[in-house]
Amino acid sequence: MSAFVTKSMARNIFYGGTLFSVLLFLALTFHTTWQLPGRIPTATPAPEVARGKHLWETRNCIGCHTLLGEGAYFAPELGNVYQRRGPDFIKAWIKAQPTKAPGRRQMPQFNFSDQQLDDIVAFLKWTSEINTEKWPPNIEG
Amino acid sequence: MQLQYKSQAVAKPYFIAAIALFVGQILFGLILGLQYVVGDFLFPAIPFNIARMVHTNLLIVWLLFGFMGAAYYLVPEETETELHSPLLAHLLFWVFLVAGALTIVGYLMVPYASLADMTGNNILATMGREFLEQPLPTKLGIVVVALAFLYNIGMTILKGRKTAITIILLMGLVGLAVLFLFAFYNPSNLVKDKYFWWWVVHLWVEGVWELILGAILGFVLLKITGVDREVIEKWLYVIITLTLVTGIIGTGHHYYWIGAPGYWQWWGSVFSALEPIPFFALTVFCFNMVNRRRRQHPNKAATLWALGTGVMAFLGAGVWGFLHTLAPVNYYTHGTQITAAHGHMAFYGAYVMVVLTIISYAMPMLRGREVNPERAQVLEMWSFWLMTVSMVFITLFLTAAGILQVWLQRIIPNPQAFMAVQDQLAMFYWMRWLAGLVFMAGLVVYLYSFFAKDKPQTAAVGEAQPAAT
Repeated sequence: MSAFVTKSMARNIFYGGTLFSVLLFLALTFHTTWQLPGRIPTATPAPEVARGKHLWETRNCIGCHTLLGEGAYFAPELGNVYQRRGPDFIKAWIKAQPTKAPGRRQMPQFNFSDQQLDDIVAFLKWTSEINTEKWPPNIEG
Repeated sequence: MQLQYKSQAVAKPYFIAAIALFVGQILFGLILGLQYVVGDFLFPAIPFNIARMVHTNLLIVWLLFGFMGAAYYLVPEETETELHSPLLAHLLFWVFLVAGALTIVGYLMVPYASLADMTGNNILATMGREFLEQPLPTKLGIVVVALAFLYNIGMTILKGRKTAITIILLMGLVGLAVLFLFAFYNPSNLVKDKYFWWWVVHLWVEGVWELILGAILGFVLLKITGVDREVIEKWLYVIITLTLVTGIIGTGHHYYWIGAPGYWQWWGSVFSALEPIPFFALTVFCFNMVNRRRRQHPNKAATLWALGTGVMAFLGAGVWGFLHTLAPVNYYTHGTQITAAHGHMAFYGAYVMVVLTIISYAMPMLRGREVNPERAQVLEMWSFWLMTVSMVFITLFLTAAGILQVWLQRIIPNPQAFMAVQDQLAMFYWMRWLAGLVFMAGLVVYLYSFFAKDKPQTAAVGEAQPAAT
């Protein structure tokens, strides 16, 4: 390497290569954003979905669960929980926490109102209808 | 012994804070490791999600302390001029430390939803996304500290000598600050949220942070090997070219299953499969420079950390990253303990070790001596091996857990439920926790090495001290 590349050549390749990569990445991002409406249930999430996402965030659900495979790996994947368990089970489960079973992993009690439980479910339903290229491999997440 | 430039001394509190927060990070890591097997440990006082937030946020904050300390130490020496404003550097240190401490106290003392209410999350919702959990005032504080820090470093570079090392460092730091701005973008469309969330997370650790890593490592290797600057800087340019050309499009390996178009499986797989190359180049670079050294630097511990960074960054980020980066593999491994295994060794091997490298090199001089006493160095090298080997085992146990998890939950004909699978991984989680205890022991040895003095000469005579030769 040392014989045929000088420092200024290496530097120019760096600037050129980086610029090219950034531009390519921006172009792909532009195209992705343009394609996105066809890949999600509703182009603009309904108000209850937005409220549900806000609840999801402010209760730090991602600190234990994964959502579409991202998050912590301490508790089940929830991207497809709407299909796995259905809306009524989800609400009953959230209300029943913590189980207080000795030695078992515990989920906090969030004291959600019925409206808030509906919002959470709406968010999980919306999420479960995203086109994820058939991920996860099966219903267990 | 005196520092070449007086203002380099501002690096010292940054390094001390970094190490202190590192200790906190590992303590919370041990809590988390135990919660994996004793599920209700410390519940409801410290639920898993809170402990994890503390663990990951402390990591980020202490690495940032380390990067800033590194910049304050190496920029005056590289630019051959005093720092623009040591006072500003001191001030920012306290702002950042207090903001960081308040944030951690907030996590531990206040329910997260109340913390969000109290800190303006209803005005601009940015919280509750992995690694970006910080309340709005903390995020704004990070921006202010980053801007003032960049101003200070930038002005210093402007008035002094401009070397490739400082330019690369500055590009990395500017990129770090600019990309953090995406932390403020949180649309209600989850797919868009996730897509741009990675612009902070991926483009930090697999992008601009690697520039910072390269600059710090290049500086230390320049100092301890005495190899020609031209050679080192040329290597750096080659490494960071490979890093960004593979890493930017390589972001695509996070876009396979989150709602982005399917073509990302191709872009992401091809480019991220090449991401190990810059890390391999880094390994070759480290060993090459040390082999071609023109002087025998008495700081053997720093040399060991530098070589260790080269090897472990390649293993953790390169090899363990490649293991699950191809889309057909990632389809099964995505969001399992395989990811956790990779995350642990990559962060340790690349960023923890490079910060410990610069601390090992600079701290003796910041404390008024060229190198640490022999015994302190031997202890420090013991801590290197304890921490590094235990991290290898943490990674191996998590990888084993991950393989079993993928098999039971995603591959066999009658896949099992998440918690049923977790119960069967308990043995690996216990072994991971024991390896974590060894890591903590290594960290204690590391801390102790700062206070170790050589024994009086008479006691040393006749003792077997292979490392002292």
